[in-house]
Amino acid sequence: MYVVDPRRTSSAQWADVWLGLDVGSDISLANAMGREIIVSGLANEAFIRHATSGFEAYRQCVEKYTLDRAERETGVPAEAIRQTAHAYAKAKSGQICWTLGITEHHNAVDNVVALINLALLTGHVGRYGSGVNPLRGQNNVQGGGDMGAIPDRLTGFQHLENPELRAKFERAWRAKIEPKRGWHLSAMFDAMERGELTLLYVLGENPVDSEADRHRAVKLLRGLKFMVVQDLFCTRTAEMADVVLPGSAGWCETEGTVTSSERRVQRVRAAVPLPHGVPDDIEIIYQLARRFGHEWGMPDAEAIWNEVRQLSPMHAGMSYRRLEELGGIQWPCYDETHPGEMYLHSRLWQEPLIGPRAPFHAVEFEPPVDELNEQYPMRLTTGRYLDSYNTGAQSQRFPSPLRRAATIDLSPEDGERYQVGEGEKVRISSRRGSIIAPVRFDSGLRPGLAFLSVHFHEQVATNDLTIDAVDPKSGTSEFKATAIRIEKYAEK
Amino acid sequence: MSEPSQAPSPLIPVPRAPVPQIPAAAPRREIEITIDGKRVAVPEGATILEATRKLGIDTPTLCFLETLTPVNACRVCVVELEGSRTLVPACSRKAEAGMAVHTESERVLLSRRLVLDFLASSVDVSTAPTLRAYMEQYGARPDRFGARAQTVAQAPKIDNELYMRDYSKCILCYKCVEACGVDAQNTFAISVAGRGFSAHISTEFDIPLPQSACVYCGNCIGVCPTGALMFKTEYDRRAAGTWDETQQTQTDTICPYCGVGCELTVHAQEGQIVKVSSPLDHSVTQGNLCIKGRFGWQFTDSRAAT
Repeated sequence: MYVVDPRRTSSAQWADVWLGLDVGSDISLANAMGREIIVSGLANEAFIRHATSGFEAYRQCVEKYTLDRAERETGVPAEAIRQTAHAYAKAKSGQICWTLGITEHHNAVDNVVALINLALLTGHVGRYGSGVNPLRGQNNVQGGGDMGAIPDRLTGFQHLENPELRAKFERAWRAKIEPKRGWHLSAMFDAMERGELTLLYVLGENPVDSEADRHRAVKLLRGLKFMVVQDLFCTRTAEMADVVLPGSAGWCETEGTVTSSERRVQRVRAAVPLPHGVPDDIEIIYQLARRFGHEWGMPDAEAIWNEVRQLSPMHAGMSYRRLEELGGIQWPCYDETHPGEMYLHSRLWQEPLIGPRAPFHAVEFEPPVDELNEQYPMRLTTGRYLDSYNTGAQSQRFPSPLRRAATIDLSPEDGERYQVGEGEKVRISSRRGSIIAPVRFDSGLRPGLAFLSVHFHEQVATNDLTIDAVDPKSGTSEFKATAIRIEKYAEK
Repeated sequence: MSEPSQAPSPLIPVPRAPVPQIPAAAPRREIEITIDGKRVAVPEGATILEATRKLGIDTPTLCFLETLTPVNACRVCVVELEGSRTLVPACSRKAEAGMAVHTESERVLLSRRLVLDFLASSVDVSTAPTLRAYMEQYGARPDRFGARAQTVAQAPKIDNELYMRDYSKCILCYKCVEACGVDAQNTFAISVAGRGFSAHISTEFDIPLPQSACVYCGNCIGVCPTGALMFKTEYDRRAAGTWDETQQTQTDTICPYCGVGCELTVHAQEGQIVKVSSPLDHSVTQGNLCIKGRFGWQFTDSRAAT
């Protein structure tokens, strides 16, 4: 196992090799690996010829990324990059797994593409034991996207701008669908700024605490004409709402399905009754429809799921009965004899090739937007603790022995540099805001790198500091790279 | 290399391809052994326990679990193997072609009963239903050692709000040590300390859990066969006399936290979650969870207060 992470996390400690790169230098690292694989003759030329396109442009692009250049840009020793490239290219099977360290950047999609290029270069895709795997952070974030909560997609990843597919949904729903893609979350905030979005219905999300550059987010939410929040708890977002609707704990109070990181659709079941006065989430949506003049009948999770199966070919074979029998099914599952697919893209190895070629995309390294300078000389990155979850609405409600006070984590060397001891408070300032937090030393951090968790906004409002520089394709903010300054803080 | 013109479009669904298959494992030769006079074929490498189970013979086990490496600690699964001087543990002894095994001989029954006699005379087995059923089945009489029999009685260790450890109920099966170590969590917070009758499960230098390496995955509770390791919620309810398994439901669902998709079995009583376990036979995590999945459900109860 090779772990690439600016911090020496517990996974990094378990790894055979840890590549402790500088925050946001992922493309330089990936491109240098690509170049090294090519110049060492380790590229899978037969696969590249058979199943890919755009290789020549990619080769020319990565030609510039020598090991020495990558060492300068990433801080990782050239020899470690070389070793990693060779190990990956020569492996019988190899997987690249990533999470938000890759995607919470202004060039998130480029970061992902740079990794996909490596899989195409070596043929580590579409085969048993190989692949490129974004590890999802939430139990149904995959399912949310699959169901069409993506601006340009309908249920089952079917593209909104494909007239045939749209017509299929229009027939089933007896309604007109605008052939116009929607906004992702970051674009919604921009639309609020332009005054084009004035009403918001927030389900189980806490943007007041979770959005980058919190001051701007709160200002824009405050400017809305009307906001409905449906949640389990009165979060700080719910406190701002005009109407609050009760959310149910879907995983243990209602029937339905969720889809995990490996595309496995699994059943969730009601283990305990809904609290008094809290309707099932689906019932709230049915009642809203009724107020809009549409009578959908009695809410029934299985009936809704069967409608998904009718409209989405990749879910067609997943009856509740089969989901139960097989312990979940990985999509695509086209009919009731189909077992589901444990990995994707097997088509790339078929002779002749099935479907279009998989394209290389040449991408260039661009450093994080929030530049370091004399005024803001330190890099702040954000992340999670094992026992906590996002803004803490759920996880702060169990008595975890691992929980500790919200801190800013610094390397011991920086503690010495700033003359602060563990537990002492410091002022942390970015170009957007300033907060106070006690110091904790973490020897897994290198000098110049600081860490804040995203869980404890009421004590330490991390997102007062973060930047909402947004990836233009995915809409993800650059939570992972903020330029900060640390100063001793004397309490009055 | 020529550049093809056909570019993928997000507008067009990806075409179907052959269903991916797991590469076939090398075929295992079938071997035949005789158990209690009946012949049975098992794949090479299978244990005697697998063979007895295939014949429907009920072999007792305490330290054995399908998801853990056998440690041969409890000796309750022993069987008689022709040609072997000693009894052999069925859970770890590999079947070999031509073996003749006896599971109900006088020697086997006596040995199993002795194991149960010794365990039950020294350990509090009140929350170990499987062990108690074996005692009944084999006619164990732990009281025959009299009141002077040494025991491991001691006060329960309660040093955190999530789970407690009552080592007066510990039969030293090692399952918790294995689940904490290489068989699941790789945390190594606990091990066996001491020798002989003083052997016991311990953190390093017997420090409290919050100071140890424990990450509260609770995988040790998941494998404990005697209730020595117990959810604090269960322990408190038992102490208050409000733990009633006859009034409990068990419902399988999926963890509300990350994207792994671990299957949870929610144990509920009077409409409230009282603990969470995970089925060993589910393909996603084989019964293992993390602190959030096993203990992070308490938010569902705290809504009334907010």
